[in-house]
Amino acid sequence: MTLMTILQSGINELLEYLSAHVLTCLVPAFFIAGGVAALVSTGAVLKYFGPRAPKHLAYGVASVSGGILAVCSCTVLPLFAGIHKKGAGLGPAVTFLFSGPAINILAIVLTARKMGWELGLARAIGAVVFSIVIGLLMAFIFRKEERRKLNDDAGMFAGEEGKPVGHLLAFFGTLMAILLFGTMAIPFWSKVAIIMALLSFLAVVLTQWYDGDEVREWLLETWKFVKLIFPILLVGVFVAGVLKVVIPTHWISSSVGGNSLSANLVASVVGSLMYFSTLTEVPIVKALLDMGMGKGPALALLLAGPSLSLPNMLVVRSVMGTKRTLVYVLLVVTLATVTGMIFGSIVG
Amino acid sequence: MEIKVLGPGCKNCKNLAKVVQDAVAELKIDARIEKVEDMDQIVQAGIMITPGLIINGKVKSTGKVPKKDAVIKMIQEEA
Repeated sequence: MTLMTILQSGINELLEYLSAHVLTCLVPAFFIAGGVAALVSTGAVLKYFGPRAPKHLAYGVASVSGGILAVCSCTVLPLFAGIHKKGAGLGPAVTFLFSGPAINILAIVLTARKMGWELGLARAIGAVVFSIVIGLLMAFIFRKEERRKLNDDAGMFAGEEGKPVGHLLAFFGTLMAILLFGTMAIPFWSKVAIIMALLSFLAVVLTQWYDGDEVREWLLETWKFVKLIFPILLVGVFVAGVLKVVIPTHWISSSVGGNSLSANLVASVVGSLMYFSTLTEVPIVKALLDMGMGKGPALALLLAGPSLSLPNMLVVRSVMGTKRTLVYVLLVVTLATVTGMIFGSIVG
Repeated sequence: MEIKVLGPGCKNCKNLAKVVQDAVAELKIDARIEKVEDMDQIVQAGIMITPGLIINGKVKSTGKVPKKDAVIKMIQEEA
């Protein structure tokens, strides 16, 4: 196999991703991510993680707020440490730790687009449910050692008032509608008409309820995301294309093809150790699917992959210790394997 | 005046340190700028979302990199 074939495969893969098909879902998704970073007050979310916050709220909010709070990936750590030691405790902290990278609007949107809505939906639901289940299990397993160790510091979690929920819903709702209609299979001109209507509505929402600074901040954050993530995504896509011709397909189909326990387990373990930069798990898993990976193992990889990696495990270990980290990793791998097998048997 | 920039070392934290340096240089004040990268110290200081900015012991900003003018204002508030 020549260098040309390899390069060609990489480039072909790139062209597949630089299509209207993909961009119509990625572009709105970037704007949504930018909106979350700029407009959702972290202080407003933080108060759900205080030591005296009702536990069910702490878990619930932790499972979905990863995308809101962990905008800079290095900020996951202080937050995790803070929630663990001074706030709601180990359980919600672990829930947040897992959900942060997993509940990523860009990744879920791209997964649905490139690998089918079933996998996208399964990934989204799986990530939320997982994070709560793992958090609860960790809290239960280590309950005796987790008696209040440090003094309560409710002050840290006092939080601040965010924008009125209605305003936020109007803004994000419209963006999501643009995303959904943009990617729906409806006649082109109907689509154009609907999107124009939605954009006008958005303009009204923005002029009424948001000031110039906020809009600027939104656009700036969106652009920062694009600069940060898009180039790496393209590299991931190219690499995935290269892998498709370099790796013999029977390696893939024999190790992770079908829906056996070993296929799902291998996928989970590999996912947990491998480091995936934001969004790059999508082109890589898609390439593996094309080469014969089963859908169950694919989900297992998508669930275990983004939240865990070897470097990440080492760092988490410095906050919660080796024993807890090992249990955490084991829980993730086990649950991912099981979920993969169940999903694989449902979609066949 | 004591200014602390807290963060484990990612791009945002370094940017904040730079903005703070520029602000201090422009105000021509005598300030000690300290970069805190140790996780325990960061949490102890009450910073949950990095980067964090603490001036003379008061937490002035968390989770974002304020523009130089905003930092100047924060410094003047705590002077």
